[in-house]
Amino acid sequence: MVTPTKTKVEQNGDLAVMRFEGDITSTSEDAVLGQYKALPADTKKILLDFSKVPYLNSSGIALVIQLMMAASKVPQKVVCFGLSAHFVKVFTMLGLAKYTTLHTDEAAARAAVA
Amino acid sequence: MTIDPIVTELRLPTRLGFEKVAMNTAASVAEIMGFSSDRVEDLKTAVSEACINAIEHGNQLNELLGVVVTMSMSVESLEVKIRDHGPGVHEEMHVPDIDRKMLGEEDPRGMGMFLIQALVDEVEYVSEQPGGGSYARLVIHLHPGGKS
Repeated sequence: MVTPTKTKVEQNGDLAVMRFEGDITSTSEDAVLGQYKALPADTKKILLDFSKVPYLNSSGIALVIQLMMAASKVPQKVVCFGLSAHFVKVFTMLGLAKYTTLHTDEAAARAAVA
Repeated sequence: MTIDPIVTELRLPTRLGFEKVAMNTAASVAEIMGFSSDRVEDLKTAVSEACINAIEHGNQLNELLGVVVTMSMSVESLEVKIRDHGPGVHEEMHVPDIDRKMLGEEDPRGMGMFLIQALVDEVEYVSEQPGGGSYARLVIHLHPGGKS
């Protein structure tokens, strides 16, 4: 029923783009946290691409929060793009916008970490 | 004269992922009723979270039990009842604190009930007689603030 999450990581210097594809739910730990932990140690900026995520629930958002917690300790800058207007509202409602920035597209997200 | 609501009912297995069946069915009913796309998205998330609560907490992931979702469509509102075999929700709704979550002082999960409350017009948690299960009742109105 749940579309498994695939994560494609593109690394360019200290910038990593994590492109998620599929649902992000409680079953997505490896795709979100596992892939985050595998990033090179010198990664300073992380872009999370949600443009191919059709379904995200609160357990999936909790994984994003855990990623942000881990990144804040390094510290690394985390920005998000490609969320639907509804999930921008949900992320904002839950306070995530205090610890990340939410952009409509990749160009805006890249500009935010340039 | 009152008009009987039009009822759609689903029986879901107690298995994570099947909340999407209820979510998408509720969205279809809401679209038929003429709800705007942003309200439909709100309802989808609320129904999904309520079904996950029923599967995980109500039925404790016991696949021998089912979750029954009843959607009642009236002229002005859509009511969705999500029924499970658990004792129901007795604690106060917890408002997630992102600062505490980021510091590791609060479980990163535990946001479902808050989202449900924030995204629909009415929420009620009802426990039936002991052993009789419980349900969450969510309502969205076509004209929030108007008479329903």
